[in-house]
Amino acid sequence: MKRVAITGIGIVSCLGTDVKTVETSLRLGKSGIVYDKKREEIGFRSPLTGAINGFEPENFLSKKQRKTMPDFAVQAYAASMEAIVMSGLGPENIQNDKTGLIFGCDSSCIAAVEQVDLLRRHGESKSIGSGFVFRSMTSTITMNLNTLFKTKGACWTISSACSSGGHAVGQAADLIALGKQERVICGGAQEINWESMCSFDALSAFSTRFEKPETASRPFDKGRDGLIPGGGAAAIVLESMDGAIQRGARILGEIKAYAFSSDGLNISVPSQDGIQRAMTWALKLADMKPVDIDYVCAHATSTPLGDSVEAQSISHVFGSKTPYVSSLKSMTGHELWMSGASQVVYTTIMAQEGFIAPNINFEEPDEYSADLNIVRETINKPPRTAMCNAAGFGGTNSCIILRFNT
Amino acid sequence: MNDQEIIDLINTTLANEFELNIDDMVPGAVLKDDLGLDSLDRVDMVIVLEKAFSFKIREEEAIREIHTLGDIHNFVIHKKQEME
Repeated sequence: MKRVAITGIGIVSCLGTDVKTVETSLRLGKSGIVYDKKREEIGFRSPLTGAINGFEPENFLSKKQRKTMPDFAVQAYAASMEAIVMSGLGPENIQNDKTGLIFGCDSSCIAAVEQVDLLRRHGESKSIGSGFVFRSMTSTITMNLNTLFKTKGACWTISSACSSGGHAVGQAADLIALGKQERVICGGAQEINWESMCSFDALSAFSTRFEKPETASRPFDKGRDGLIPGGGAAAIVLESMDGAIQRGARILGEIKAYAFSSDGLNISVPSQDGIQRAMTWALKLADMKPVDIDYVCAHATSTPLGDSVEAQSISHVFGSKTPYVSSLKSMTGHELWMSGASQVVYTTIMAQEGFIAPNINFEEPDEYSADLNIVRETINKPPRTAMCNAAGFGGTNSCIILRFNT
Repeated sequence: MNDQEIIDLINTTLANEFELNIDDMVPGAVLKDDLGLDSLDRVDMVIVLEKAFSFKIREEEAIREIHTLGDIHNFVIHKKQEME
């Protein structure tokens, strides 16, 4: 099996629209959560959401190119371009059958809504125009990026709810490890719009701490009362370590292992051992012991039950002395389809820049999070190794172990 | 609306929709090769022309014979005359 290197990262999120800005937000423990008046007006139980500021799609692609792309696909393009530029790869390196694209995404709701609105308004399907069929598919990211980057290898999208991004990065790494691809541009993206979130809001799963939106997302805190949706796009360039070294690329980190599991239990309630089995398997694949992990970038979304299950799982895997643990969703909200990939980007940023970002709003532990070494303030020391957890509806879990050259 | 006004409206409508340079909007411009308009763009071209001139044209055979910008000019001028 080949070793897999990270040589580029890119990000568009509510913490910033490039790696440098996001690094600053992570270091400062800055929240990207806002109160959206529109959601209040339209009848949401919780109008809280992550908000992306300063991203202008027209700065990246022409109107004709954007015609077949929802906003989150344009954000995936911007994040991918940032990652590709960072990797030093040129068009001549990626326009071949050894270069692929795998992203995590599980909806393209706004396009589906808009096309139906157009039909109902005008009474004829031709009024919908040519772009919506491509915008409304779940695979819209990879089908569009493939035509823009002209890669010729793997090209598909993984849909597995909130672990989509984690599985996408993991499968990309596996394809390189097996020698089926030399490099894969991978990641995840998530639309931010009320249309895509109204049915999730209907589950009463979102926080109702409206007074101070920046304090509403509080994973592992005893007073947590629900998640807050966020989104954007995260991209990672993975390459075979040999190939990356050979071309003199800057190695940002290494994917040491990717493991997965599913619960086989309940559509919305996580099992007690699902994420734990993925974590244990990942350690085995990486040939590492629990003590070898410096940092756990937790999935914890700020829901009462989900965080509790993950806290217990971390304790079971690591024992009484856990690594540093933080859930960056305390700042970003839950980036859903994107989150498993954005955790890899955020953690790589921290490793490169020499810090571990805090789990903001963690004020008082509950009986399970009390056993975790939760990062309350920024630690000015980079993680040398990290574990990134992701879990999704239906009980689908991913775990990625990263190693850094620090 | 005289013929030149029709031509000007066609040119600005298509230039806006497809982010084209108005200087390239000459009658001899081939839609695919010179203006970069592919089969998907032709779907949207019909929509914006229908909106600009308040007529329905999609099902017409003549649309399929259009290859140049000049063909569009002639088609729309003829269509407008039919309507009057």
